[in-house]
Amino acid sequence: MLHRFANPTRFLRIASVVQPWMAWSTVLLGGAGLYLGLFSSPADYQQGNSVRIMYVHVPAAWMAMFCYSSMAIAAAVGLIWKHPLADVAAKATAPIGACFTFLSLFTGSLWGKPMWGTWWVWDARLTSMLVLLFLYLGYIALVNAFDDPTRGTRASSILVLVGFINVPIIKFSVDWWNTLHQPASVMKMGGPSIDASMLWPLLLMALAFTTYYLWVLLIRIRAEIIGNKIRIARLKQVQIT
Amino acid sequence: MNGFMAILKRDLHLASRQGMDNMMVVMFFVIAVVLFPFGVGPEPNILARIAAGVIMVAALLASMLSLERLFQTDYEDGSLELLSLSPIALEVVVLAKITAHWLTTGLPLIIAAPLLAVLLNMNSEGFPMLIVALLLGTPSLSLIGAVGAALILGSRRGGVLLALLILPLYIPVLIFGVSAIDAVIGGFEANAQLLILGGFLMGAFALCPWAAAAGVRQAIE
Repeated sequence: MLHRFANPTRFLRIASVVQPWMAWSTVLLGGAGLYLGLFSSPADYQQGNSVRIMYVHVPAAWMAMFCYSSMAIAAAVGLIWKHPLADVAAKATAPIGACFTFLSLFTGSLWGKPMWGTWWVWDARLTSMLVLLFLYLGYIALVNAFDDPTRGTRASSILVLVGFINVPIIKFSVDWWNTLHQPASVMKMGGPSIDASMLWPLLLMALAFTTYYLWVLLIRIRAEIIGNKIRIARLKQVQIT
Repeated sequence: MNGFMAILKRDLHLASRQGMDNMMVVMFFVIAVVLFPFGVGPEPNILARIAAGVIMVAALLASMLSLERLFQTDYEDGSLELLSLSPIALEVVVLAKITAHWLTTGLPLIIAAPLLAVLLNMNSEGFPMLIVALLLGTPSLSLIGAVGAALILGSRRGGVLLALLILPLYIPVLIFGVSAIDAVIGGFEANAQLLILGGFLMGAFALCPWAAAAGVRQAIE
Protein backbone atom coordinates (compact mmCIF):
# COMPACT_ATOMS: atom_id res chain seq x y z
CA MET A 1 0.00 0.00 0.00
CA LEU A 2 2.74 2.39 1.06
CA HIS A 3 4.92 1.55 -1.90
CA ARG A 4 2.13 1.79 -4.45
CA PHE A 5 2.35 5.57 -4.06
CA ALA A 6 6.13 5.67 -3.81
CA ASN A 7 6.32 6.01 -7.57
CA PRO A 8 6.54 9.75 -8.24
CA THR A 9 4.97 9.46 -11.71
CA ARG A 10 1.91 7.70 -10.32
CA PHE A 11 1.77 10.22 -7.50
CA LEU A 12 1.94 13.15 -9.92
CA ARG A 13 -0.97 11.69 -11.88
CA ILE A 14 -3.13 11.31 -8.78
CA ALA A 15 -2.06 14.70 -7.44
CA SER A 16 -3.12 16.52 -10.59
CA VAL A 17 -6.61 15.01 -10.23
CA VAL A 18 -6.94 15.73 -6.49
CA GLN A 19 -5.49 19.22 -6.52
CA PRO A 20 -8.43 21.13 -8.10
CA TRP A 21 -10.84 19.40 -5.69
CA MET A 22 -8.77 20.62 -2.79
CA ALA A 23 -8.66 24.12 -4.23
CA TRP A 24 -12.43 24.25 -4.69
CA SER A 25 -13.22 22.82 -1.28
CA THR A 26 -10.89 25.37 0.29
CA VAL A 27 -12.72 28.19 -1.45
CA LEU A 28 -16.21 26.83 -0.65
CA LEU A 29 -15.57 25.72 2.93
CA GLY A 30 -13.53 28.83 3.68
CA GLY A 31 -16.19 31.08 2.15
CA ALA A 32 -18.98 29.40 4.10
CA GLY A 33 -16.94 29.39 7.30
CA LEU A 34 -15.99 33.05 6.95
CA TYR A 35 -19.59 34.07 6.20
CA LEU A 36 -20.96 32.14 9.17
CA GLY A 37 -18.11 33.27 11.40
CA LEU A 38 -18.09 36.95 10.49
CA PHE A 39 -21.79 37.65 9.83
CA SER A 40 -24.21 35.05 11.04
CA SER A 41 -22.64 33.78 14.28
CA PRO A 42 -23.42 35.74 17.45
CA ALA A 43 -20.92 38.01 19.18
CA ASP A 44 -19.67 36.70 22.51
CA TYR A 45 -21.48 38.08 25.57
CA GLN A 46 -18.12 38.95 27.17
CA GLN A 47 -15.70 39.40 24.31
CA GLY A 48 -17.99 41.10 21.82
CA ASN A 49 -16.97 40.93 18.20
CA SER A 50 -13.32 40.19 18.89
CA VAL A 51 -14.33 36.57 19.50
CA ARG A 52 -14.43 36.27 15.71
CA ILE A 53 -10.63 36.15 15.71
CA MET A 54 -11.16 32.63 17.00
CA TYR A 55 -12.30 31.43 13.55
CA VAL A 56 -8.79 32.01 12.22
CA HIS A 57 -6.74 31.63 15.38
CA VAL A 58 -7.94 28.21 16.52
CA PRO A 59 -7.80 26.45 13.12
CA ALA A 60 -4.34 27.93 12.51
CA ALA A 61 -3.11 26.59 15.85
CA TRP A 62 -4.64 23.18 15.15
CA MET A 63 -3.00 23.09 11.74
CA ALA A 64 0.35 24.15 13.22
CA MET A 65 0.33 21.03 15.38
CA PHE A 66 -1.24 18.87 12.68
CA CYS A 67 1.47 19.88 10.19
CA TYR A 68 4.21 19.10 12.67
CA SER A 69 2.69 15.71 13.47
CA SER A 70 2.37 14.93 9.76
CA MET A 71 5.98 15.96 9.31
CA ALA A 72 7.03 13.66 12.13
CA ILE A 73 5.09 10.74 10.62
CA ALA A 74 6.48 11.46 7.16
CA ALA A 75 10.00 11.76 8.58
CA ALA A 76 9.66 8.43 10.41
CA VAL A 77 8.33 6.73 7.26
CA GLY A 78 11.19 8.25 5.27
CA LEU A 79 13.80 7.08 7.77
CA ILE A 80 12.41 3.58 8.29
CA TRP A 81 11.25 2.58 4.80
CA LYS A 82 13.38 5.03 2.80
CA HIS A 83 10.17 6.16 1.15
CA PRO A 84 11.24 8.94 -1.25
CA LEU A 85 7.89 10.74 -1.31
CA ALA A 86 7.68 10.83 2.49
CA ASP A 87 10.90 12.84 2.64
CA VAL A 88 9.58 15.22 0.01
CA ALA A 89 6.28 15.53 1.87
CA ALA A 90 8.02 16.37 5.14
CA LYS A 91 10.17 18.96 3.44
CA ALA A 92 7.16 20.46 1.66
CA THR A 93 5.09 20.62 4.85
CA ALA A 94 7.61 22.62 6.89
CA PRO A 95 7.09 26.13 5.44
CA ILE A 96 3.29 25.68 5.48
CA GLY A 97 3.38 24.61 9.10
CA ALA A 98 5.68 27.49 10.00
CA CYS A 99 3.20 29.92 8.40
CA PHE A 100 0.28 28.41 10.32
CA THR A 101 2.27 28.68 13.55
CA PHE A 102 3.11 32.29 12.85
CA LEU A 103 -0.51 33.01 11.93
CA SER A 104 -1.79 31.51 15.18
CA LEU A 105 0.77 33.48 17.23
CA PHE A 106 -0.03 36.66 15.35
CA THR A 107 -3.82 36.39 15.61
CA GLY A 108 -3.45 35.30 19.22
CA SER A 109 -1.47 38.44 19.88
CA LEU A 110 -4.17 40.57 18.22
CA TRP A 111 -6.79 38.80 20.31
CA GLY A 112 -4.75 39.11 23.49
CA LYS A 113 -4.47 42.88 23.31
CA PRO A 114 -8.20 43.66 23.84
CA MET A 115 -8.90 40.62 26.06
CA TRP A 116 -5.86 40.33 28.30
CA GLY A 117 -4.57 43.86 27.84
CA THR A 118 -1.23 42.71 26.47
CA TRP A 119 0.16 41.54 23.15
CA TRP A 120 2.18 38.77 24.69
CA VAL A 121 2.51 36.85 27.95
CA TRP A 122 5.10 34.23 28.74
CA ASP A 123 2.66 31.51 29.67
CA ALA A 124 3.16 27.85 28.86
CA ARG A 125 0.86 27.69 25.82
CA LEU A 126 2.32 30.75 24.11
CA THR A 127 5.90 29.81 24.91
CA SER A 128 5.57 26.23 23.67
CA MET A 129 3.93 27.53 20.49
CA LEU A 130 6.87 29.91 19.99
CA VAL A 131 9.23 26.96 20.45
CA LEU A 132 7.27 25.14 17.75
CA LEU A 133 7.91 28.06 15.39
CA PHE A 134 11.64 27.84 16.17
CA LEU A 135 11.58 24.09 15.56
CA TYR A 136 10.01 24.69 12.15
CA LEU A 137 12.61 27.34 11.32
CA GLY A 138 15.43 25.08 12.54
CA TYR A 139 14.11 22.28 10.35
CA ILE A 140 13.94 24.53 7.29
CA ALA A 141 17.47 25.80 7.96
CA LEU A 142 18.86 22.28 8.40
CA VAL A 143 17.14 20.87 5.31
CA ASN A 144 18.78 23.52 3.15
CA ALA A 145 22.19 23.50 4.86
CA PHE A 146 23.74 20.64 2.90
CA ASP A 147 25.13 20.56 -0.61
CA ASP A 148 23.77 17.03 -0.97
CA PRO A 149 19.98 17.30 -0.61
CA THR A 150 19.49 13.70 0.62
CA ARG A 151 21.82 14.42 3.55
CA GLY A 152 19.65 17.40 4.45
CA THR A 153 16.39 15.45 4.44
CA ARG A 154 17.82 12.64 6.55
CA ALA A 155 19.42 14.89 9.17
CA SER A 156 16.31 17.01 9.43
CA SER A 157 14.07 13.92 9.71
CA ILE A 158 15.89 13.03 12.91
CA LEU A 159 15.47 16.62 14.12
CA VAL A 160 11.70 16.51 13.51
CA LEU A 161 11.39 13.33 15.55
CA VAL A 162 13.40 14.84 18.42
CA GLY A 163 11.30 18.00 18.34
CA PHE A 164 8.04 16.06 18.32
CA ILE A 165 8.25 15.98 22.13
CA ASN A 166 7.01 19.57 22.01
CA VAL A 167 3.62 18.69 20.46
CA PRO A 168 2.10 16.92 23.50
CA ILE A 169 3.57 19.70 25.66
CA ILE A 170 1.65 22.28 23.60
CA LYS A 171 -1.55 20.25 23.75
CA PHE A 172 -1.49 19.71 27.50
CA SER A 173 0.24 22.94 28.54
CA VAL A 174 -3.10 24.52 29.47
CA ASP A 175 -3.92 21.57 31.74
CA TRP A 176 -0.51 21.14 33.35
CA TRP A 177 0.15 24.79 34.09
CA ASN A 178 -1.99 27.62 35.26
CA THR A 179 -2.06 29.68 32.08
CA LEU A 180 -3.68 32.90 30.98
CA HIS A 181 -4.57 31.08 27.78
CA GLN A 182 -7.90 29.34 28.25
CA PRO A 183 -8.09 25.51 28.47
CA ALA A 184 -9.42 23.39 25.63
CA SER A 185 -13.08 23.92 24.86
CA VAL A 186 -13.61 21.90 21.69
CA MET A 187 -11.40 18.79 21.79
CA LYS A 188 -11.94 17.55 25.31
CA MET A 189 -13.59 14.77 27.27
CA GLY A 190 -17.36 15.10 27.48
CA GLY A 191 -17.80 16.99 24.21
CA PRO A 192 -17.25 20.60 23.24
CA SER A 193 -18.40 23.30 25.64
CA ILE A 194 -18.93 25.81 22.87
CA ASP A 195 -22.32 26.71 21.40
CA ALA A 196 -23.31 25.14 18.06
CA SER A 197 -23.67 28.57 16.43
CA MET A 198 -19.97 29.14 17.02
CA LEU A 199 -18.83 25.53 16.68
CA TRP A 200 -20.10 25.20 13.09
CA PRO A 201 -18.17 28.07 11.57
CA LEU A 202 -15.12 26.97 13.58
CA LEU A 203 -15.28 23.43 12.22
CA LEU A 204 -15.89 24.70 8.67
CA MET A 205 -12.83 26.92 8.95
CA ALA A 206 -10.78 24.04 10.35
CA LEU A 207 -11.81 21.89 7.37
CA ALA A 208 -11.01 24.76 4.99
CA PHE A 209 -7.55 25.13 6.56
CA THR A 210 -6.98 21.39 6.20
CA THR A 211 -7.94 21.33 2.54
CA TYR A 212 -5.85 24.46 1.99
CA TYR A 213 -2.90 22.65 3.55
CA LEU A 214 -3.41 19.62 1.30
CA TRP A 215 -3.79 21.87 -1.73
CA VAL A 216 -0.57 23.79 -1.11
CA LEU A 217 1.18 20.58 -0.06
CA LEU A 218 0.36 18.95 -3.39
CA ILE A 219 1.64 22.01 -5.27
CA ARG A 220 4.84 22.00 -3.25
CA ILE A 221 5.44 18.26 -3.62
CA ARG A 222 4.89 18.49 -7.38
CA ALA A 223 7.28 21.44 -7.57
CA GLU A 224 9.83 19.51 -5.52
CA ILE A 225 9.60 16.42 -7.76
CA ILE A 226 9.85 18.51 -10.90
CA GLY A 227 12.78 20.41 -9.40
CA ASN A 228 14.55 17.10 -8.73
CA LYS A 229 13.93 16.02 -12.32
CA ILE A 230 15.44 19.25 -13.60
CA ARG A 231 18.45 18.82 -11.33
CA ILE A 232 19.04 15.28 -12.57
CA ALA A 233 18.61 16.35 -16.18
CA ARG A 234 21.18 19.12 -15.67
CA LEU A 235 23.62 16.69 -14.07
CA LYS A 236 23.23 14.37 -17.07
CA GLN A 237 23.85 17.24 -19.42
CA VAL A 238 27.06 18.09 -17.58
CA GLN A 239 28.08 14.47 -17.75
CA ILE A 240 27.63 14.31 -21.51
CA THR A 241 29.49 17.53 -22.28
CA MET B 1 32.16 -0.66 29.22
CA ASN B 2 35.86 -0.98 28.34
CA GLY B 3 35.23 0.69 25.03
CA PHE B 4 33.30 3.45 26.78
CA MET B 5 36.21 4.11 29.16
CA ALA B 6 38.77 4.00 26.34
CA ILE B 7 36.94 6.60 24.29
CA LEU B 8 36.27 8.74 27.34
CA LYS B 9 39.99 8.62 28.22
CA ARG B 10 40.97 9.46 24.67
CA ASP B 11 38.70 12.49 24.54
CA LEU B 12 39.85 13.72 27.93
CA HIS B 13 43.48 13.30 26.85
CA LEU B 14 42.81 15.24 23.66
CA ALA B 15 41.12 17.97 25.69
CA SER B 16 43.99 18.23 28.18
CA ARG B 17 46.64 18.34 25.44
CA GLN B 18 44.81 21.24 23.82
CA GLY B 19 45.37 23.12 27.05
CA MET B 20 43.67 26.49 27.05
CA ASP B 21 40.95 25.50 24.58
CA ASN B 22 38.64 24.26 27.30
CA MET B 23 39.34 27.19 29.56
CA MET B 24 38.02 29.44 26.83
CA VAL B 25 34.50 28.16 27.39
CA VAL B 26 34.70 29.12 31.05
CA MET B 27 36.20 32.46 30.14
CA PHE B 28 33.32 33.09 27.75
CA PHE B 29 30.91 32.17 30.55
CA VAL B 30 32.56 34.63 32.96
CA ILE B 31 32.78 37.47 30.45
CA ALA B 32 29.20 36.98 29.26
CA VAL B 33 27.92 37.20 32.84
CA VAL B 34 30.15 40.17 33.65
CA LEU B 35 28.62 42.10 30.74
CA PHE B 36 25.26 42.22 32.48
CA PRO B 37 26.14 44.64 35.30
CA PHE B 38 27.31 47.04 32.57
CA GLY B 39 24.18 46.45 30.55
CA VAL B 40 21.51 46.76 33.22
CA GLY B 41 23.46 48.95 35.65
CA PRO B 42 25.23 47.98 38.89
CA GLU B 43 22.13 48.34 41.09
CA PRO B 44 22.56 45.43 43.61
CA ASN B 45 18.85 44.67 43.93
CA ILE B 46 18.31 44.37 40.20
CA LEU B 47 21.40 42.21 39.82
CA ALA B 48 20.30 39.95 42.67
CA ARG B 49 16.89 39.59 41.02
CA ILE B 50 18.25 38.55 37.61
CA ALA B 51 21.35 36.65 38.83
CA ALA B 52 19.94 33.12 38.55
CA GLY B 53 18.57 33.71 35.07
CA VAL B 54 21.70 35.41 33.77
CA ILE B 55 23.98 32.64 35.04
CA MET B 56 21.78 29.90 33.60
CA VAL B 57 21.50 31.60 30.20
CA ALA B 58 25.25 32.20 30.06
CA ALA B 59 25.94 28.58 31.07
CA LEU B 60 23.61 27.41 28.35
CA LEU B 61 25.33 29.51 25.68
CA ALA B 62 28.80 28.54 26.93
CA SER B 63 28.07 24.83 26.83
CA MET B 64 26.80 25.27 23.29
CA LEU B 65 30.02 26.94 22.14
CA SER B 66 32.15 23.84 22.34
CA LEU B 67 29.47 21.51 20.97
CA GLU B 68 30.33 22.18 17.35
CA ARG B 69 33.68 20.45 17.84
CA LEU B 70 32.15 17.44 19.61
CA PHE B 71 32.05 15.33 16.44
CA GLN B 72 33.45 17.75 13.87
CA THR B 73 37.20 17.04 14.28
CA ASP B 74 36.66 13.28 14.42
CA TYR B 75 34.40 13.53 11.41
CA GLU B 76 36.97 15.42 9.39
CA ASP B 77 39.98 13.23 10.15
CA GLY B 78 37.98 10.02 9.68
CA SER B 79 38.27 8.63 13.19
CA LEU B 80 34.49 8.82 13.57
CA GLU B 81 34.19 6.36 10.69
CA LEU B 82 36.66 4.00 12.37
CA LEU B 83 34.79 4.28 15.65
CA SER B 84 31.56 3.39 13.90
CA LEU B 85 33.21 0.28 12.41
CA SER B 86 34.47 -0.87 15.80
CA PRO B 87 32.51 -3.57 17.68
CA ILE B 88 31.38 -1.00 20.26
CA ALA B 89 27.84 0.18 19.62
CA LEU B 90 27.79 3.68 18.15
CA GLU B 91 25.38 4.74 20.91
CA VAL B 92 28.06 3.91 23.51
CA VAL B 93 30.69 5.82 21.54
CA VAL B 94 28.39 8.82 21.40
CA LEU B 95 27.61 8.57 25.10
CA ALA B 96 31.33 8.45 25.94
CA LYS B 97 31.96 11.56 23.88
CA ILE B 98 29.02 13.32 25.56
CA THR B 99 30.41 12.40 28.97
CA ALA B 100 33.80 13.79 27.99
CA HIS B 101 32.11 16.97 26.77
CA TRP B 102 30.30 17.39 30.05
CA LEU B 103 33.47 16.75 32.10
CA THR B 104 35.43 19.30 30.09
CA THR B 105 32.78 22.04 29.80
CA GLY B 106 29.82 21.39 32.11
CA LEU B 107 31.87 20.72 35.22
CA PRO B 108 34.14 23.81 34.93
CA LEU B 109 31.00 25.93 34.47
CA ILE B 110 29.54 24.56 37.69
CA ILE B 111 32.76 25.37 39.52
CA ALA B 112 32.82 28.92 38.15
CA ALA B 113 29.11 29.58 38.78
CA PRO B 114 29.22 30.41 42.55
CA LEU B 115 31.92 33.00 41.94
CA LEU B 116 29.71 34.70 39.37
CA ALA B 117 26.75 34.46 41.74
CA VAL B 118 28.79 36.48 44.24
CA LEU B 119 29.63 39.07 41.58
CA LEU B 120 25.94 39.41 40.74
CA ASN B 121 25.03 39.79 44.40
CA MET B 122 22.82 36.69 44.40
CA ASN B 123 21.15 35.81 47.69
CA SER B 124 23.45 33.28 49.39
CA GLU B 125 20.50 30.96 50.16
CA GLY B 126 20.35 30.23 46.46
CA PHE B 127 23.97 29.05 46.12
CA PRO B 128 23.46 25.34 46.91
CA MET B 129 20.42 25.25 44.64
CA LEU B 130 22.40 26.94 41.85
CA ILE B 131 24.95 24.11 42.05
CA VAL B 132 22.25 21.43 42.16
CA ALA B 133 20.31 22.96 39.27
CA LEU B 134 23.47 23.18 37.17
CA LEU B 135 24.47 19.64 38.14
CA LEU B 136 21.10 18.35 36.92
CA GLY B 137 20.85 20.76 34.00
CA THR B 138 24.25 20.77 32.28
CA PRO B 139 24.32 17.02 31.52
CA SER B 140 20.97 17.47 29.77
CA LEU B 141 22.49 20.31 27.77
CA SER B 142 25.41 18.10 26.66
CA LEU B 143 23.05 15.24 25.78
CA ILE B 144 20.63 17.35 23.74
CA GLY B 145 23.48 19.31 22.21
CA ALA B 146 25.11 16.11 20.96
CA VAL B 147 22.05 15.45 18.79
CA GLY B 148 22.45 18.85 17.18
CA ALA B 149 26.20 18.42 16.82
CA ALA B 150 25.65 15.12 15.00
CA LEU B 151 23.00 16.55 12.68
CA ILE B 152 25.09 19.48 11.45
CA LEU B 153 28.08 17.31 10.46
CA GLY B 154 29.10 18.23 6.93
CA SER B 155 26.72 21.17 6.62
CA ARG B 156 27.52 24.72 5.63
CA ARG B 157 27.71 27.28 8.48
CA GLY B 158 27.46 24.62 11.19
CA GLY B 159 27.88 26.81 14.25
CA VAL B 160 25.00 29.22 13.70
CA LEU B 161 22.80 26.38 12.56
CA LEU B 162 23.58 24.47 15.76
CA ALA B 163 22.32 27.37 17.86
CA LEU B 164 19.08 27.49 15.89
CA LEU B 165 18.49 23.75 16.32
CA ILE B 166 19.50 23.35 19.94
CA LEU B 167 18.48 26.49 21.81
CA PRO B 168 14.69 25.89 21.54
CA LEU B 169 15.22 22.46 23.08
CA TYR B 170 17.24 23.98 25.93
CA ILE B 171 14.32 26.10 27.11
CA PRO B 172 12.86 23.58 29.62
CA VAL B 173 16.22 23.27 31.43
CA LEU B 174 16.40 27.05 31.64
CA ILE B 175 12.83 27.48 32.90
CA PHE B 176 12.97 24.86 35.64
CA GLY B 177 16.57 25.55 36.64
CA VAL B 178 15.92 29.24 37.22
CA SER B 179 12.57 28.61 38.85
CA ALA B 180 14.19 26.16 41.32
CA ILE B 181 16.77 28.76 42.36
CA ASP B 182 14.21 31.54 42.60
CA ALA B 183 11.90 29.33 44.67
CA VAL B 184 14.62 28.63 47.24
CA ILE B 185 15.59 32.30 47.43
CA GLY B 186 11.93 33.17 47.92
CA GLY B 187 11.71 30.70 50.79
CA PHE B 188 9.79 27.90 49.05
CA GLU B 189 10.47 24.24 48.41
CA ALA B 190 12.03 23.47 45.03
CA ASN B 191 11.37 19.74 44.96
CA ALA B 192 8.95 19.85 42.05
CA GLN B 193 11.37 21.77 39.81
CA LEU B 194 14.24 19.47 40.74
CA LEU B 195 12.15 16.39 39.98
CA ILE B 196 11.25 17.82 36.58
CA LEU B 197 14.92 18.66 35.89
CA GLY B 198 15.87 15.15 36.95
CA GLY B 199 13.14 13.63 34.83
CA PHE B 200 14.28 15.71 31.89
CA LEU B 201 17.84 14.47 32.40
CA MET B 202 16.67 10.84 32.57
CA GLY B 203 14.61 11.26 29.41
CA ALA B 204 17.51 12.91 27.59
CA PHE B 205 19.88 10.22 28.87
CA ALA B 206 17.62 7.50 27.50
CA LEU B 207 16.81 9.05 24.12
CA CYS B 208 19.56 11.44 23.04
CA PRO B 209 22.39 8.89 22.53
CA TRP B 210 20.10 7.05 20.08
CA ALA B 211 19.20 10.19 18.19
CA ALA B 212 22.81 11.41 18.14
CA ALA B 213 24.05 8.00 16.97
CA ALA B 214 21.43 8.03 14.20
CA GLY B 215 22.67 11.48 13.23
CA VAL B 216 26.30 10.34 13.15
CA ARG B 217 25.36 7.25 11.16
CA GLN B 218 23.60 9.22 8.44
CA ALA B 219 26.56 11.62 8.30
CA ILE B 220 29.22 8.98 7.65
CA GLU B 221 27.17 6.77 5.35
